[in-house]
Amino acid sequence: MNLRALRAIVRKDLSVVLQSKAVLLPIIIVPAVMLLVLPILASFAPQFVNIPGASDLGELLERMPEAFTQRFAGLSEEQTIVTLMLVYLFAPMYLIVPLMVASVIAADAFAGEKERRTLEALLFTPTSDRELLLGKLLSGFVPAMAVAWGGFLVYAVVANAAAWPVMGRVFFPTGMWWVLALWVAPAVAAVGLGATVLVSARVNTFQEAYQIGGVVVLPIVVLLLGQATGILVFSAALVALLGAVFWAAAAALLVFGARRFSRSEILSRS
Amino acid sequence: MSLYLIGMRGAGKTTAVRLLAGVLTPTSGSARVFGLDPSTDGVAVRRRVGVSTETPAVDDRLSGRAGLTAFADLYGVPVARVRERVDALLSSFDLAEAADRKVGTYSRGMRQRLALARALLHDPELLFLDEPTAGLDPVAARAVADRIRGLRSEGRGVVLCTHDLAQAQALCDRVVVLEHGRVVAAGAPAALAADLGAGVRVRLVASAPEGVDVAAQLRELDGWSAVAGEPPAAAGAAVGVPGDDGACVVAGVARDAEAVAEAVATVVHAGVRLYAVERELPDLEDVYFARHGKPRQPAAGERSGASGGVVAAKEGRR
Repeated sequence: MNLRALRAIVRKDLSVVLQSKAVLLPIIIVPAVMLLVLPILASFAPQFVNIPGASDLGELLERMPEAFTQRFAGLSEEQTIVTLMLVYLFAPMYLIVPLMVASVIAADAFAGEKERRTLEALLFTPTSDRELLLGKLLSGFVPAMAVAWGGFLVYAVVANAAAWPVMGRVFFPTGMWWVLALWVAPAVAAVGLGATVLVSARVNTFQEAYQIGGVVVLPIVVLLLGQATGILVFSAALVALLGAVFWAAAAALLVFGARRFSRSEILSRS
Repeated sequence: MSLYLIGMRGAGKTTAVRLLAGVLTPTSGSARVFGLDPSTDGVAVRRRVGVSTETPAVDDRLSGRAGLTAFADLYGVPVARVRERVDALLSSFDLAEAADRKVGTYSRGMRQRLALARALLHDPELLFLDEPTAGLDPVAARAVADRIRGLRSEGRGVVLCTHDLAQAQALCDRVVVLEHGRVVAAGAPAALAADLGAGVRVRLVASAPEGVDVAAQLRELDGWSAVAGEPPAAAGAAVGVPGDDGACVVAGVARDAEAVAEAVATVVHAGVRLYAVERELPDLEDVYFARHGKPRQPAAGERSGASGGVVAAKEGRR
């Protein structure tokens, strides 16, 4: 494996990505909203507990399984609301960050290069198909994890700081969130990459790849709804299991995508 | 040595380059480059060849220097030599001043030169250049052609794809004529022209007395074909006698030298004043059209303007 070539592909792709507003804006805005703005707003939620809709959280908790509600034993109503939102309801949303960053960069690195007609030059370099694919995957994976883990750190700091008046202690990250960040987030990023590789083989523009590849956000939406309705209750064990499922899906998508990834195939379709 | 792959668009020139560089897998047949099979030893082949694609394929968002540096790593240029190599190529291709500008601000000629520089980063033994002057203005095209001559003089092998037959005639040692993916002719341009057996193209610059039609006289002679005359105004200018109403320039294909001699005797006997009898050797364009079963119909002072992009201003080369 030519590690220098891999580094060159990643460096080149990231240099290009950082120049594109279409790629850069979602990478900045989405994590900023989800991991910075929302936790701050959520920390103030107890102050709005009496406004219409906010009391739904209490009703939601009543619908939850007893095993889950026991986790809030000993907490005040305000602390329960903050914990419910920052620890549990936002957990599936956090997964959108690595998924989105990986997908948008991979779409630019694969289909975007085709659209700009710069991919051909890369195909004529003395790299193997496998090195080319791996380099492109890393171009999406490395920044996705950098943003996801950096965002996790920011979220932890912001959540603890903003909720300090209510919680009075460092309550975050919980064990479940460590599993979520270190085990599930990379798996979700890999799923985004796998889906984008598959889609990019069939389309020729960044927008097409990004939009079609965007359907992989649906499992996250399902998790979000499941969590919000009480059908699914996140715990460290369940999150670990979810991670395994995402890794399996990612492996299937990447193996399938890798089989179809060849210079010949790319040139035949472009 | 330089080899030209020539043919109309869609003839298979680009596909041939892709197959030889091992980036396209053949559905049938095989190829050898440096004794290697590109379909199985593509990486080894690409270490020794440089390719400049028809579109320059340079990234607008990077500077010229950043793009070349990235590709130097991909081509395995020794780390300690990357900066020196990139600087040398930027300078050699007159891009040093624009090196740190985004490629998006480059002219088409500059982008083409950057693509050529990139193809040379790893000092390849063989270069594949696909339509390197396509879309360039005459000045930029000449600059690129000069670079290609320079590469040849360095002893590098150059395989050049073009549908510009004039360029091929000027630069190549050997040509391969492709049509629908098949080789229809191959060899040195002169040898191909000699094999053509198309006869001798002759151009007569004359002044004919009233009532004498030089073109008609040639058509009646045995051994002459494709005879045509220039418009009177153009012929007058060619003859260089102002107000000469009989000035004419007639061109045609004579079977052999005897046919030419007979034509000269005939028109002189008819009172025609001959100012010049010019023999034109068949060139790549004649070879090309002949191989396609469409012998070019010569017209005096013509600029061949065949369809499909074969446009070569032939005046001045003859």
